[in-house]
Order: sequence, then C-alpha cells, then structure tokens
Amino acid sequence: MSMTIEQRRQHRLMTIEKSLAKRHRKENRFRRLGLAAVMTGMTLVAILFVSILMRGVPAFWQATFFMDLYFDPEVIQLEEKPERASGESQSEFNERFSAWQTQAGLVNWQSLIDRALEDKLDEDIEPSQLRDLRALLASNERFTLRNKFMDDPSVLGQTVEVKMLASANVDVWIKGNINRDLADARQQLSAQTRAWADQLYDEGIIRNAFSTALFLNMDSRSSPASAGLAGAFMGSLFMMIIVIMLSVPLGVASAVYLEEFAPKNRLTDIIEININNLAAVPSIVFGLLGASIFIGYLGLPLSAPIVGGLVLTLMTLPTIIIATRASLRSIPASIRQAALGIGASKVQTVFHHVLPIALPGILTGSILGVAQALGETAPLLLIGMNAFVANVPSTPFEQSAALPVQIYLWQGNELRNFFEARTSAAIIVLLALMLSLNALAIWLRKKFETRW
Amino acid sequence: MTNLALIATLLMIMALAYHLGLTRSRAVAAEHDVRMHSRPGYYGALVALWCGLPALALFLLWSFLAPQLIDMLVIQQLPADLVAGMSDRELATFLRRVTALANERSVSGGGSSEELAAAAHMARLQTFENLSLVALMAVFAVAGLVYARRNISPHWRARNQVELVITIALAASSGIAIFTTVGIVLSMLGETLKFFTFISPAEFFLGTTWNPRFSTSGTDAQGEFGLLPLLWGTMMVSAIALLIAIPVGLMTAIYMAEYAPPWLRNVAKPIIEILAGIPTIVYGFFALIVIGPFLSSFGDLIGINIRTTSALTAGLVMGIMIIPFVSSLSDDIITQVPKSLRDGALGLGATKSETIRQVVLPAALPGIVGAFLLAASRAIGETMIVVLAAGNNPVLHANPFEAVSTITVTIVNQLTGDMDFASPQSLVAFALGLTLFVITLGLNVIALVVVRKFRQQYE
Amino acid sequence: MNTSAQPNMPSSMVSVGGGESRKSKSTGNVKMSAKDVKVFYGDAQAINGIDIDIYENEVLAFIGPSGCGKSTFLRCLNRMNDTIDICRVEGQITLDQKDIYAPDRDVVLLRAQVGIVFQKPNPFPKSIYENIAYGPRLHGLAKRKAELDDIVESSLRRAGLWEEVKDRLDQPGTGLSGGQQQRLCIARTIAVSPDIILMDEPCSALDPIATGKIEQLIDELSESYTIVMVTHNMQQAARVADRTAFFHMGDLIEVNSTDAIFTNPHNQRTHDYITGRFG
Repeated sequence: MSMTIEQRRQHRLMTIEKSLAKRHRKENRFRRLGLAAVMTGMTLVAILFVSILMRGVPAFWQATFFMDLYFDPEVIQLEEKPERASGESQSEFNERFSAWQTQAGLVNWQSLIDRALEDKLDEDIEPSQLRDLRALLASNERFTLRNKFMDDPSVLGQTVEVKMLASANVDVWIKGNINRDLADARQQLSAQTRAWADQLYDEGIIRNAFSTALFLNMDSRSSPASAGLAGAFMGSLFMMIIVIMLSVPLGVASAVYLEEFAPKNRLTDIIEININNLAAVPSIVFGLLGASIFIGYLGLPLSAPIVGGLVLTLMTLPTIIIATRASLRSIPASIRQAALGIGASKVQTVFHHVLPIALPGILTGSILGVAQALGETAPLLLIGMNAFVANVPSTPFEQSAALPVQIYLWQGNELRNFFEARTSAAIIVLLALMLSLNALAIWLRKKFETRW
Repeated sequence: MTNLALIATLLMIMALAYHLGLTRSRAVAAEHDVRMHSRPGYYGALVALWCGLPALALFLLWSFLAPQLIDMLVIQQLPADLVAGMSDRELATFLRRVTALANERSVSGGGSSEELAAAAHMARLQTFENLSLVALMAVFAVAGLVYARRNISPHWRARNQVELVITIALAASSGIAIFTTVGIVLSMLGETLKFFTFISPAEFFLGTTWNPRFSTSGTDAQGEFGLLPLLWGTMMVSAIALLIAIPVGLMTAIYMAEYAPPWLRNVAKPIIEILAGIPTIVYGFFALIVIGPFLSSFGDLIGINIRTTSALTAGLVMGIMIIPFVSSLSDDIITQVPKSLRDGALGLGATKSETIRQVVLPAALPGIVGAFLLAASRAIGETMIVVLAAGNNPVLHANPFEAVSTITVTIVNQLTGDMDFASPQSLVAFALGLTLFVITLGLNVIALVVVRKFRQQYE
Repeated sequence: MNTSAQPNMPSSMVSVGGGESRKSKSTGNVKMSAKDVKVFYGDAQAINGIDIDIYENEVLAFIGPSGCGKSTFLRCLNRMNDTIDICRVEGQITLDQKDIYAPDRDVVLLRAQVGIVFQKPNPFPKSIYENIAYGPRLHGLAKRKAELDDIVESSLRRAGLWEEVKDRLDQPGTGLSGGQQQRLCIARTIAVSPDIILMDEPCSALDPIATGKIEQLIDELSESYTIVMVTHNMQQAARVADRTAFFHMGDLIEVNSTDAIFTNPHNQRTHDYITGRFG
C-alpha cells in the first residue's frame, strides 16, 4: 500500500510538473483576456465621452458679432417708455405698456443691423446684396436688439457696442465645420457672405465667444444659432418635481409595507415578482400606457410635463421600491427587537427607528431612480413631447419639450453640421446633470455607509 | 373655487382639527384625572383624519362623476333634433367644444349659437356643482371633526386606529405596482383587440410584409401589418448586442471580482454604475455620428458595403450600452459564490483561472444565465439606439450590414405625430407593445425566478 | 535517511508508542519545517514568529483558544493565505528542505503535495464522481477513463465512503449528509495523493457519530499521509494526535507528544488552557 502511494506520488509530481508551464500560460491568457475586456469597455466609453466632448465643447462658444451700433432716432420713432402714473390702475398701465410694446415691434430693427454691418464692411450694399448681408446674423438678433432697447431706452441716439450671434451657417463656416473648398453650389452660404464673414472675422468683429444662448434661449426653428435649452430644461424640471413628489413617497411607502408589514404569502410573492418585473419592462411600454390611459382615457393634454411626469413616476417607482427594500433589509433585526422590546408599536418602530437608519440608502436609490428618469426618452416620444415647442412652460399642463427629447429633435435637424455640435453640447449639459446626481448618490452612500 | 384651493383649505381645516383633538384629549385627561390610552398627538391625528378623509373621498368621487352628470344634463336640454342628427363621435366633439366655451377658452371658428347656448347652460351647472361640492365637503369635514372630537375618551384606542390607517395607506401604495401592471396589460389589450378588428391576428403574427401605408384616403387600402420583419430585426440587433455585451461584460465581471486589486475595484465599480445610467439617447447619437460612419468606412476599406445605419451599428452600440449592465449583474452573482468553493479548488492545486472556469462559473451558472436573460430583455426593449441607428427598414433579410427595423422603432414611428386611436396605423403600436411586453415579461420572470433560486441556494 | 532532522527531534517523540490510545506511524523524518514564521494582516500581526517541525506520517494537532492564529498558521503551510490580499508571510517554511515561499516555487505543485480539508464541508456543486475526479483531471493524473474510475474508487474507499455512495456516483455531492460531505472532501483531497493533508477543524460542523468516523479515517490515513489538523476539541486532539501544539495569541507556546501535553504541560498557560481556566 505504502509503495503504491509512493509510486503515485512520484508519478504525480512528474506529470504535474510537465503540464505546469502550459497551465500557467493558460492562466495568464485568461487573466489578460479579463484585463482586455475591462480595457475594451473603458476604451469604448472613453471614445464615447471624448467624441461627444470634442464635438460639443466648441459649441458653447459661438461666432459672435461685437460691433458698434447706432440707435438711430430716425428709425426708432417711438414714444417714451411708459411709466406708471399715480392714480393709474394696473390694467390701464398694462394696456398702455403693451401698446408701446406693439409699436416697438413695428420698428425696423433689421435696418439698424444692416447699417451697422455696412459700416463695418465699409462698402455700399446694393439692395440685391441684402439677402447675403442678412445671412451673416442669426435672424432672431433683431428681437434681441429690440429687447435691449426696451430694457434701456436711454441708448436712443447713441452708438453702443452690442453683442449679437452670427447665424448658424457663419458659425459653421468660421469654425471650419464645413469643407471650405466645396463648390459654390454645395456651400450653405453665398460666396459674398463667406467673403464678408472672413473679412469681419479677420477684423475681429466676429469672434468666438462663450454664448449663454444655449442655456437661456428657447428652441427656435427660424434662428438655429440662438436655439437653446431653456424650454426643455423647464419641462424636465417640472417632470422631475412630479417624479420626486410622487414616486419617492409612494415607493418608500410600498417598500415599507412589503418589507415590514406584509405577511409573507402568495400575494406578496406575486407583488414582489411583479415589482421586479416592472423594473425590467422596456420604458417604451410605459409610454404606451401613458398614451392610452393618461391621454386617450383621462384626456390629459399632449406634450405636457404632467403626463411625462406621471409616466416617469410609474417607471421610477419599482427602482425606488427595490432600493428602499434593500436598504431596509440591511438593517439588523436587533434594532427592531430593541424598539419593540421597550413597548413601541410596530408603526412606531418603523417610523422612529428603522426608517431614519435606512434614509441614506433610500435617498441614494431615489436619486439614482430620478437620474434615470431624467435621461429617459422613448416614453416621452409616445406622449407627444417630440412636438416643436418654442416657449418656456410656466405650468406642468402646458406643452413643453424635455432635455432628452430636445436632443432627439436636434440630432434630426437638417442643418447637420451646426446641430451635430449643438446636440453634443446639449448632451454634455444632460450628462453633467445626471453625473452630478449620480456622484451625489455615490457620495451619500459612501458617507453614510454602515457595516453591521 | 379651484380644486387646488379647495384641497389647501381642507388641509388647513385638518390642521385645526388636529389641534382641537390634541387639546381636547388633554382636557379629558385632566378632567377625569386618568391616563389616556394614547398620547395626545394620536387623538389629534385621528380627529384630523376623521375630518379630512371623508371629505377627500367625497371630493374624489365627485370630480369623477360630476363632469359626466353635467354632460348628460347638457345633452338633455339640447334640441332633440340636433342630438338625433349627430353621430356619437360628433356629439363628443360638440361636448368638447362646449366645455371649452363654458370654461372661457376659445374654440376654432368661434361657437355656433347652439354651442353658445349649451355652454351658458353648462357654465350655470358648473357653478352650481362647484358650490354644492364646497358646501358638502364643509359639512363632511365639520361633521367628522365634531364626531371624532366628542368621542375622545380615555378608552378610545386612538393610536391603534391611526396606525391602522397608516398601514392601509402603506398597503395601498404597494398596490400601485400591481395596478401599473394591470393598467399596462388592460390598456394594451384593449387597443390590441380594437386593432384586431381591422387586421386578423394571423395576418399580424404571421405576416412577412410590413407596409402600414399612412394613407388617410379610406379604409379599403389598409396596408400590411406583418410582425415578422420587425421581430426578425429586433432579434438580429439584440443578438449582435448580446454577442458583444455577454463576453465583454462577463469577462469584465470576472476580472473585477477575482483579479482586480481593491483600489481598481473601488474606482471601477462606481464608474460602471454611472455608465449603466447614461441615457440611451446619448448612445444612439454616438452610434449615429461616430460608430456608423466608422463602420461604413471600415467596410469600404475591406470591401464590404456597410450602411451607416444598420443592424450592425445599432447592435454594436447597444452591446456597449449593455456591457455595464451585464458586468454589474454578473459581478453580484459571482461574488455570491461562497469563498469556500474557491478555496476547495485552490486547495487541490487549481490555478485561479481553473478555479473560475471549472468551479466558480458552473456554480454561478444559473445566476449568470438569469443575468443574460435580463440583458436580452433589455436589448429587445431598447428604443432610442435603434430609432437613431438601425435605419428603419422593415424588410426580412439576413444581412447585418443592411438597415433593419425593430418592434420598438415601429411603435415610435406609428404613434408619433397624429394620435388617432381609431386607425389601425396607430392601434398597431399597441399590438406591437403587447407583443414586446409579453416577450420581455417571459424573459424577466424566468430570469428573476432563476436568480432568486440561485440566491437562496447560497444564503 | 534525513539524519540532520534527528537531533531536532523532541525527546518525547521517542516515548510515543507507549501511549494507550494510538500508535504513531511516524518515520521520524522531518517533512515540513517552519522557522520564525510571522504573518501580518495589513498592519496587524497575527503570528509572532513560530518554529516547528512536522514529521513524516505523524498526526499533529494544533489547539488553542479562538483567534490564537492556529488556522492562519495552518493555511500558511500550503500558501492558502495567498488568496487573502492583505495577508503577508515572513520567515521560512520548507517542505522536504525546500522553501515553499521561494519565488520560483510553484504554488500549484505545492498544493498538490500539501492538500487541505476545510472546516465546513465544501463539495463542488457537481456529481460525487466529478468531485473526486476534479483534482486528478486538473493535474492530468489519469490518461484513460478507467484510470480515473480507479482513482475515484480507491479514494472513496480510503475515505470510507465507497460503500455508501457507489450506487449514486452521478448524484450531486451537495446532496450528501454533512459527515459524508466532509469525507467526500477528504476523498477529493487524497485523490491527488498529497504528501501532507492539512485539516482545519474538520469536525466542527459535524455531529458526534460523523466526527467519530472522520477521526477513525484520520487514524487510517496517517498510515501513508502526514496529517496536520487544527481542532477546537481537546479530547479530539487527545484521541487522534501523536503530537499536539498549543497556540496562544499568535505564539506557539508548547509542542510535545500529546500525552505529555495533556498530562504534564511544561507551560503554565498550556496548563490553564487544558484545565479549562480560559479558552
């Protein structure tokens, strides 16, 4: 017996030694494969971020005119800006003021811009060239000028340096986002406009300057250079408020019930599976639910943040329930027993002792859920939020865009070489919001992490 | 009074009721010189509930019933010949216009004289309805308050009753999840059945042509609604996505769980988590402007014609999107395999990779399969990436370099724009949605049950 | 052979054999030897410098209160501590005069020579057959199926499990009872014919009858294997071990023949522990 063991041991040592090199090679190959997988993932993600940053960051700086503009009293023939007289009722004043506003709207602001440009270019502009000239500036800028004047009518008769956005096509041309050697017919701007743009750029009249238009303006079709995210931002904000107000209390309540009160039976088993399943139901299905129930059946308005908020609430609910339950489950039974042991009721135990301890976990889960809802696009398309809306909603019942949907709309804009950058910029804004929410959640978790 | 003001007022009265209950219970205690069953706050809360809940219930019931009642009354007083001359649909439009007029909103083309008359009538009814609601709610609130306050006595188990209400409220909240599912199923089922009155189920499920023809010209040219090209496209894109996400995701998880030093784990895990949260529209845009053009020019280089928007583009990017999902799920599963099993294999002289491949992975297999199923369900239901990058070409073909269309893309296409719940072109979206729901439900439930079994095994 | 080890041999070795409970099968050759072994977990030192020789075919028991470092030290003997990131080992441990922590030492080969059985039975979630066949297959020890069958059968026989499981070799190993599972794990270990078997409290999760069977098995195995076991149970050490080592607070306090340790401990702490003053 002992001999056979000895023989076996000898045989074994030799056999193993022979194969060792091969096994270690395999080991290394496997480890490298794992590392390669991690690297692949990281590289792809790096490419994603870099490509979006590279395209998007320059869009925060827009080709902008810095030029002197003469507020010609000849052109601006306006009464003085009305002041509210004593003894005048608010409605009377409002009427007077809006009459003044209407008048201001009738002023030919464009001609002021035309004249200033003519000055800068040091050329006489034929009426036939006016089209080319006006192609230089974003078409909305005449309204910017009007608003500037209405805010401060004292500029009348003075020459003031104003800052105005160049048109989208000029922006593209200056930044070289279009092939400058393309034939005339394939260029977006006429040869004349291109020449002017270059001239003004060389003279420093057109400069790349940080533009707040992206943040402060509404979406615009006629003047893409001044299209902004303000409306979409408000829409998303309304929806997030609705999501937070509804899904957090409801989610926490149902998690508390399921984890602390519910009897463990078939029904709660079904609810549990059902919630886990809901968390994995495609978001677009929630959009269908919204379209059919909220819009088709309840008659809520299309494109309104209220509907979007409700749909996203239903979608976020399972995430919050699951996170809250996990958080409640990680609290040791001894805490509950201690409270029950000194005569607290079950409800008191849960609300006074268990929930406060679970709070960080609940908060983290809720933030992650809300961040997810913020980026959700597909269900919003089905409830009409992809409609073009050119104003900032003031209530959740008005038509509105939303950040992710705005990105969807912009990426589909025909003015590709301008909107590619602008869409990327919008994505950067959205990602910045989401990443800060995520970072907040991770920070909260790290800060309050408790090990039992 | 607007609803918001009404509710705000009710809340204020409830606050008052709380205070009254609180002071009353203290007074009772002092009067009889006894210990009350519950703390004063509970009596306050109970009085507030008695005051608020019945009124609130009335309010909800009323807001649900009153508009219908008003509509009925308005129709009743309309000239009979006018009503007789209208189809149900026209009547509904008529009512909508009247409602708008009654609420001082403008309607297109102003309003006809009948409409204006009906609107005036409706406005009168609404004023009456509003006033009676306020009055009734006031009665309910005060009655509840007085009743509850009178009842305060040392033996009244206020805490138990308040807690009962709380428990019921909690239970009701957890019912919402069920209602959501039921709502999804019922709403989609209803619209789908409507759809099947236009197109037979056989034509839908077995049809090989998708051509819904957005014609409004008439019902005789209905177009063809074959599911198969869409289903095929969905499967193709998802398969490509999983082909990328599963190996990369799984190997990432293995590396993270078994090889990575703790610092790398601490850095990489939150990053992976954040990646899983990037909106899919971002991935879609990335597919459209980076991956698509890249694949296309790469195809030119090796002499294959790859379209910029194709099954491959969408699948590839979807794969990238799912990698963090697969890896964090698998990571959870792998780390749940007990260390003792690893020690067993290592103690026999297995190398680390042998331990992982021959012991850890087989032990984790059910859980990992569950994770894969969840990933598949995610791929099948993913929308924005395919909307942007798959090319919307609902044709049966097996070429991954060509454009395809998927179920989700088609839902978006059919349901954006005019929402007309009466045409098969819109209704088909719900039939597609239901199909999608059933497929993903199947995958999810199998996955969840498998994963749960796996977890219990090692708990 | 191996005369150099002889002078180090404690005198008590000679007296073993006169013991009433069991007869040592030790050849008296030093199989493993530890010199000034220190173990750290991060900054905390768990083992403070241990010297001990382990003789061929003896049964050596480590006893001591919880947290005394006996399991940690046992795991150093086949470098299982390598799997814990923050664990660091200093000093020298030799197997057949060769340093097992030498940089060129292959841990795979080492663990094939020094097998280990754990506290909790940990059969793989595979069939009984596959559990036993895993090691030989891993190391390529069987060329043919028949050879493998042979190894499986003989290992199960040696572990005293063959009669109980021979009809259900294809059933999962996790379906066996706790005692059977532990014997399965022992069989799994001897299937690769190690020189030394380390046992980390092998009976702590088992009932008395299963424990009895394992103890009997240890006795039989010491015929051809060197066995080092950690135990919480002093009676068990007294029953199965030729020599016993007492650990306390990361130090090896005393090592001697089991008889001597239990009847005439040299150290006060050993005496206190054995008589139940602490532990």
